[in-house]
Amino acid sequence: MVANSRELDAAVAATRFGLGAKAGEIATAAADPRGWLKAQIRPEGAETFDMGGDTGATRLAAFREYRKQRQAAKQGGDGPGKAAGDEDDAVKMARQFIRKEAAGDVAGRLQLAVGTDAPFRERWALFWANHFTVSATKVQVATLVGPYENEAIRPHVFGRFGDLLAAAETHPAMLLYLDQAQSIGPHSRAAEFLAAGGRRPGFGGGKRAGGLNENLAREILELHTVGVDGGYTQADVTEFARALTGLGIGGPRDMAFEDKVVFREPAHEPGPRTVMGVKYPDGSARAQAGAVLGDLAAKPQTAKFVCTKIARHFVADDPPPALVARLQKTWMATGGDLGRVAATLIDSPEPWSAPPTKFKTPYEFVVSSYRAVGFAPAQAGPQVNGVLNGLGQRPFGAPSPKGWPDEAAPWAASDAIVKRMAFAQSLGGRMGPNVQDPMALADATLGARLTPAAATAIRRAESRAEAVALLVMTPEFQRR
Amino acid sequence: MTAPLLTRRAFGLAGLSLALLARVADAAIPAGRKFVVIVCRGGMDGLSVAAPVGDSDYAALRGGLALGDEALKLDATFALNPALPSIYALAKAGEARIAPAVATPDRARSHFEAQDVLETGAPGVYATTSGWLNRAVGVMSAAGKVEAISVGPTAPLILRGPTPAGSWSPGRTVDAAARLPTLLQDLYKDDPLLGPALARGLATETLARDSGADQGAMMAAGMKPAGAGQGRDTARAMGVSLADFLKAPGGPQIAAVSLDGFDTHANQAGVLAQRLGGLDALVDGLHTGLGPAWKDTLVLAVTEFGRTARANGTGGTDHGTGSTALLMGGALKPGGIVGDWPTLKRQALFEDRDVYPALDMRSLSKGLLADHLGVDRRALDTTVFPDSAGVKPLLGLA
Repeated sequence: MVANSRELDAAVAATRFGLGAKAGEIATAAADPRGWLKAQIRPEGAETFDMGGDTGATRLAAFREYRKQRQAAKQGGDGPGKAAGDEDDAVKMARQFIRKEAAGDVAGRLQLAVGTDAPFRERWALFWANHFTVSATKVQVATLVGPYENEAIRPHVFGRFGDLLAAAETHPAMLLYLDQAQSIGPHSRAAEFLAAGGRRPGFGGGKRAGGLNENLAREILELHTVGVDGGYTQADVTEFARALTGLGIGGPRDMAFEDKVVFREPAHEPGPRTVMGVKYPDGSARAQAGAVLGDLAAKPQTAKFVCTKIARHFVADDPPPALVARLQKTWMATGGDLGRVAATLIDSPEPWSAPPTKFKTPYEFVVSSYRAVGFAPAQAGPQVNGVLNGLGQRPFGAPSPKGWPDEAAPWAASDAIVKRMAFAQSLGGRMGPNVQDPMALADATLGARLTPAAATAIRRAESRAEAVALLVMTPEFQRR
Repeated sequence: MTAPLLTRRAFGLAGLSLALLARVADAAIPAGRKFVVIVCRGGMDGLSVAAPVGDSDYAALRGGLALGDEALKLDATFALNPALPSIYALAKAGEARIAPAVATPDRARSHFEAQDVLETGAPGVYATTSGWLNRAVGVMSAAGKVEAISVGPTAPLILRGPTPAGSWSPGRTVDAAARLPTLLQDLYKDDPLLGPALARGLATETLARDSGADQGAMMAAGMKPAGAGQGRDTARAMGVSLADFLKAPGGPQIAAVSLDGFDTHANQAGVLAQRLGGLDALVDGLHTGLGPAWKDTLVLAVTEFGRTARANGTGGTDHGTGSTALLMGGALKPGGIVGDWPTLKRQALFEDRDVYPALDMRSLSKGLLADHLGVDRRALDTTVFPDSAGVKPLLGLA
């Protein structure tokens, strides 16, 4: 294997590990490409993006307040909240929230990605946010996805996997997204109370008796930890769901819902549990849920499943087994220290030597395009939301808990290429006139990865607008 | 499953001369025939799509989720969800039927595995990376030009694979006067991914303009931000646009559409009414948009698995097994339910939990491909649905 030149390594560092080069970035990285990346690993995690001072707790409180007012307005018979169908109205309400609050989060997140001087750190954070997907496809969650990413994911991305897992699975956004907040042990005191006709303060409705919801338990096993081949059965899913009962979001009466995990012990299913062959003695929700999560985080299947995803994200859709094995080894040796896993990734040969076959997702394409031209829209609007919706990657709106695909095939539909071209045309039109020397821009953006064919095409462009559009549509810019 | 002996269409077919039939068999696809697959993702609750209101165990199992008089009566056992009025009208006209206990060969209850098996058509998970509809198009293309399209911004697995397929979604178009498309085609000439995708994308753009498919979609885009949801208006406009493509001279004959959001673990009734409303409007748009071409069209709506027979503790249902597939189109033969109904008796439930998988999804798909599009048995058993010789096509539906 021929070693890359330092120039090529610098380009790989900025485009494959990073989010696409900003002006001057490849030159900076060229001094020591691996060192430049490693310096971006830090124990305090990734930066958080601006949410206008809001937190998950304030957003949740605002949502509840809105719902209360709507309820009152409906019971009053008139008022602004009156609408024909509840469901339609819930959707309208969600849109309102998304527009006002989530749109701000989307813009803040984009500006962080476009402006950051630590683009590997940001990519690493985006990877984990996608691994632990919470999506705005659900009304109650719409305004919580941003706070979730900032509060549960970003602080932990270079810490221990177990801590990241615990933070993700207990955040109100996740508990609402995967229905855990409503799950009640069928033989718990709360269920008995409800069966006897009691109301359920804090559980929302009041009509239904309590019962189990296995959604979160299943997705933790299948998507977040051991993976679908991790060796669990339907019985394990149900047992884990029982162990999780009581883990929920507090109601106003819990007095402690701000920033705190709420374990409602009366809703916890009594009895010992067995999950994946491990026996857990009868105990509190906090003890049982915590013990199972801790054991799942430590399993070798989890290391294998997650390290395979890391290798796929950074190297190839079909990840090299040697790299997966090396990442796994570090993971197991360090108790899932994600900073150490990241360092092993950087020190591995595969990410540097593999051909650039990773086709950028729409978000990566848009972010890297804005990084190239040095501009980020201040508002989510049509330049961000419109484009990403059209390309099939609605911000904070992954279609399922599996998150966005990390392979080329789903994103390379012919329609998507045409829409990328439309974005490129519009970007060229807006930003092209500010570009003094399109060839210098191409060199700064792709460095040693710029091919002669692309360079010739850009040189021959009839306008700066056309040159910029061509640059972001070159095969090498579309990939990393 | 036997269809009535002398239906309108069966009679018409009997009248065809043998020579004509032979000619049809030589063509890539019998002239004018169209086939649309709608993939409903998330595990669509079959018991809410077509509720077995006449099954004596239904009400008790479903509790608050059970449908009552508001459901749209199909026969003594089944009634469609009230959110499906257009499909109900088709059913009344003999142009829609239900298959109430269909399942893929996968039993893992994982969305992602089950969708993989549903879309690849393989007997097990992650056995192949291409979709069965793509391979079916490949088989049909051997005898002549067959085009396929997916509607939506991402390419669904069912239509991904070695045979090139187009894709389209509403949204802004390229400035046709610019040089960029030409320059890029040149730059992509050796790029196996981007080259063919761009060429196909540009051709679809042209087809969208010429066929008027972009018009309805523009209207929909004006009503609602793209991708913001699957409201009735947006879904209907999508159906009309797809119809425009299918009707266009030289347009696609095969299409795939994805609908998301059927994973209803909590508060199922409201969420599902909205999603089914989208499905209904899509079919309505397709039906209206196709006009006379509807008579040659078959639409199959499927999901990766059904949901638990019992309601869970949170007003929803968890991942199950058997679910309901919808068969629609003017090319469908009228008749009752497709496949057997295993009932909801406790001993009939799969693992005391789910609707029993009485009909292999591949039987259904194979039957439609054979009857409607003339795909031969050998190709169905090997190429389209690998290692499935033991899974017999369910014939006589179209």
